[in-house]
Amino acid sequence: MTSALTDPTEAPSSGDALPSWTTDVTRNESSLRRFLAGLPGVDPVGIEQRAAALATRSIKKASKLAAIDLAIAMVDLTTLEGADTPGKIRGLARKGIDPDPGTEGVPHVAAVCVYPDLVEAAVEQVRGTGVKVASVATAFPSGRSSLAVKLADTALAVRAGADEVDMVIDRGAFLAGRVGLVFEQIQAVKQACGSARLKVILETGELATYDNVRRASWLALLAGGDFIKTSTGKISPAATLPVTHVMLQAVRDWREATGQLRAVKPAGGIRTTKDALRYLVAVREVAGPQWLDPHLFRFGASSVLNDLVMQRRTQLEGHYSGPDYVTVD
Amino acid sequence: MTHLGVPKTYKLFIGGAFPRSESGRTFAVRRADGTLAANAALASRKDGRDAVVAARKGFGSWSRATPYNRGQVLYRMAEMLQGRRSEFVALLTQGSDAGSDAAGAEVDAAVDRLVHYAGWTDKITAVFGSANPVSGPFFSYSAPEPTGVVVVLAPTGSALLGLVSAVAPVLASGNACVLLTDQDPCVAVTFAETVATSDLPGGVLNVLTGVLAEVAPHLAAHADVNALDLTGADPTLRASLAADAADTVKRVYVPAGTPDFTAPPGTARLRAFVEIKTVWHPVGALALSGGTSY
Amino acid sequence: MTSTHLDWDYAPAPESPAIGAVRDRYLPFVDGVFAEGRGPDLDTVSPGTGERLATVSTSGREDLELAVAAARRAQQQVWGPMSGAERSKYLFRIARGVAERARELAVVETLDNGKPIKETRDFDVPTAAQHFFYHAGWADKLQHLGLGPDPAPLGVAGQVIPWNFPLLMAAWKIAPALAAGNTVVIKPAETTPLSILVLAEIMADADLPPGVVNVLLGAGDLGSALVTHPGLDKVAFTGSTAVGRQIARSLAGTGRPLTLELGGKGANIVFEDAAQDQAVEGVVNGVFFNGGQVCCAGSRLLVQESVAEEFLARLQARVETLRVGDPMDKNTDVGAINSPAQLARITALVDAGVSEGATAWRSSCPLPERGYFLSPTIFTDATASMRIAREEIFGPVLTTMTFRTPDEAVAKANNTPYGLSAGVWTEKGSRAMGMAAALRAGVVWDNTFNRFDPAASFGGYQESGFGREGGRAGMAAYLRTDDEPQLAPQPTEAGA
Repeated sequence: MTSALTDPTEAPSSGDALPSWTTDVTRNESSLRRFLAGLPGVDPVGIEQRAAALATRSIKKASKLAAIDLAIAMVDLTTLEGADTPGKIRGLARKGIDPDPGTEGVPHVAAVCVYPDLVEAAVEQVRGTGVKVASVATAFPSGRSSLAVKLADTALAVRAGADEVDMVIDRGAFLAGRVGLVFEQIQAVKQACGSARLKVILETGELATYDNVRRASWLALLAGGDFIKTSTGKISPAATLPVTHVMLQAVRDWREATGQLRAVKPAGGIRTTKDALRYLVAVREVAGPQWLDPHLFRFGASSVLNDLVMQRRTQLEGHYSGPDYVTVD
Repeated sequence: MTHLGVPKTYKLFIGGAFPRSESGRTFAVRRADGTLAANAALASRKDGRDAVVAARKGFGSWSRATPYNRGQVLYRMAEMLQGRRSEFVALLTQGSDAGSDAAGAEVDAAVDRLVHYAGWTDKITAVFGSANPVSGPFFSYSAPEPTGVVVVLAPTGSALLGLVSAVAPVLASGNACVLLTDQDPCVAVTFAETVATSDLPGGVLNVLTGVLAEVAPHLAAHADVNALDLTGADPTLRASLAADAADTVKRVYVPAGTPDFTAPPGTARLRAFVEIKTVWHPVGALALSGGTSY
Repeated sequence: MTSTHLDWDYAPAPESPAIGAVRDRYLPFVDGVFAEGRGPDLDTVSPGTGERLATVSTSGREDLELAVAAARRAQQQVWGPMSGAERSKYLFRIARGVAERARELAVVETLDNGKPIKETRDFDVPTAAQHFFYHAGWADKLQHLGLGPDPAPLGVAGQVIPWNFPLLMAAWKIAPALAAGNTVVIKPAETTPLSILVLAEIMADADLPPGVVNVLLGAGDLGSALVTHPGLDKVAFTGSTAVGRQIARSLAGTGRPLTLELGGKGANIVFEDAAQDQAVEGVVNGVFFNGGQVCCAGSRLLVQESVAEEFLARLQARVETLRVGDPMDKNTDVGAINSPAQLARITALVDAGVSEGATAWRSSCPLPERGYFLSPTIFTDATASMRIAREEIFGPVLTTMTFRTPDEAVAKANNTPYGLSAGVWTEKGSRAMGMAAALRAGVVWDNTFNRFDPAASFGGYQESGFGREGGRAGMAAYLRTDDEPQLAPQPTEAGA
């Protein structure tokens, strides 16, 4: 079971047959809107308190080391700056392949995540290492462009060898109730991805309510997104624990409803090992242990990797490490 | 030529109707000079049971009535009592050596007492309730609600004013009442007639005339009675009724001394027959705060 | 290099018992002094291990007399005459003291009671401190309670508290009594005597005058002697309805004010339009908080028939993730049952449920080999007439029934002689408010459950007791509030 899950080519994908009710609800915009509006609500106080309560879970000793390794293996090591260069990407990729040079047994990250024009540079670096290349696309981060431009953006990334595409949804359209439009755009981008896995960025900070996060999650899942992802990292709040809870509930319920396993990626704002471990606890408790797998859960982050490496050393060496002992890339 | 009077039969008041005692028993009410004033129904255990059934039914509608509506009904009772002033003066003077001035003053005070409580109905929640500043993202409030079916043993020595002073606060907060009296049954039943024409829903007030020690123990032990006002019982009866009430954890009101019904009443009787209910409701942040609402 | 599916689970994360600094022997606290009691010694057992935790010296009848006399003296000479502002400062000191020794108190409570350290750390102890802090503020503001211009204390209060929240119940009882100017003789349950003795140390360290709070130790017979003691002016009891009845009966005719906080059979009502995930959490919290050993537990689940199957599946999946075990482990969700006797009572009721034909589902979480534990249990196919649907189980056992319409839900929820708590789960605001009004329970939680705050009055309808704790109504329970005017006492024949 585990091997099937960890190998993207064997994992169930959105191309598999979906139950017939999904065809009914996605028939047109009004049926889709009715379905999304009919999803159970989310009580904000309840979900926030549940998230806070779970965050007090204490992880010790061997569990902590294993959890740190898992977290490292789930990182989508990201740089999304206007000033990015092939040189910067080269450093990032090396870091992702071997996060703590000279230390045995440190896993590589899941992927490096870059802009489309830098995919090629990243692919060159990670070839043969198991580290994947993810690219944002679709007029990231605002998504404010035509579908044609979004598809061209996607094609650019895929042609350059991206294994994964991180698209943004049109939040304006979603908030205006034009869920059919959002659905069609995700479908189209999914098609443009080919064999690349599609991460659908909901930009939850702009959706404003947990109910909207739940509806957007289901919308993305229905349209074929392999991942639902919280944020671009450009909007505050980015990923939060309660928002991630809602999304984990969505993939859990999606499996219940369809038998398919889909993935979740919180991104932005996860900076410390403590943060990362809290997310892993949430994954385990809300979605289930099955999701404790880089194929099904990712962290969109950059600075967290160094903290994970430092904490890993602390676990092994028995004393605190310092920032001068891990690399700045 | 003199007109031959038509004497009234004093019956019980249960569920808005005036039945005889199911036992068929009556007792003689005599004037101060010993002549027969009337025959009154002598309530039995089963009459008590019927009254509780009626009260439970009455509680449903009365407790749900708006406080404004309850206030209007209590005020209507004051109006009706005022209209029967002379009848009550006659009754109060026939059964005792009270002069008509004193009797008139008692009726006036009883009218004023009803008006007083008519004005309480829509204040009780505000005065005895609260919005609770809890430490968490919750709107919490506490509000008094009526306890349910309250059995009142009518106070002694104040046939009308004492009765009204005991019954009105029970009704004001939305309870239903079974009044049991061994005081002048003519006053109690005539008050019931007053109530019957005051828009009070049937069963909200029920009046049983008879012997406290015979009927009260059954009511004190009755599982569908929620509270007792033992003002009218002597210390021995109070103790045994309170013990009977313990099995179903009833609320029991016993005044600290002998109440002075002529004075402004305070709030102890109002507070004795309410339950404070606390309600909690989450207050959600209006944005995805990530948990900053707590 | 492994890059996929690293194995990960929680390792035990135990709190250190040493923090509790549990001593071998504990003494009653009377008139400001910890002194040997005249009763036989009693061992207190740690439910998480089943092993002896400490020995306590129990109080005899003579100790009771001494305690009541000390409390009387303190009330008349010191505490009653003291200004409210001064009393309030003592209470603030106690609140601070509880907060300062919070970690120790949490460990002591968990060791002695068996509830998870997570709960004592995050709920019992901080809430106890909060109760002292809240009530401290009332001590010099009694005239603002709405009970007249100068409410008077009752005198000496006798208080008996249960084992399910030993420290918190002590705070609930002592704080308002002291704020109102009363003094206290209090007895904790015999299975959980330790945390209140740490509290007594805190009070002694705060220089609380001797006799203001006296802690007697012993079993039910001592409690019975305490509550019926003629030297008291107020009795407050939290515990079972059966004992509450006895107390009410024994105090009949004394005119002594009584507060009873008794049992319950709370309904947790889930509508089809509820926020399902939060409702699942609320139901779990409602009946598995403190292992269901909570008077206001949501022990009856009423779920709308249209979503019942799906909801129960989610609920069971969630209950499967509850970690049952060592109360000292910070990751334990459900700890130990307080005593073998309580475990036997729960087990007997569970057996009754099975033999009456309900379906019992039990969490597969492994239980520790020692200590007193029970798997979280959910009964389905229960009917209203079964014992498990009517009697208080006081354990991690949920009885599930269904309903079709809101009025049916209200009828079923109210169909109990109890009336302590109820929960309502619906996203429809008007229905939530309507249900809150219709439910005959002292506390109604809409879209949440088991929330407590000293500012919010708590107490029952019907056989769940009378009187309130917390808020203004809670203060009223410790003050002379009968403002009904009285006639002057009748002159005697001789004097007339």
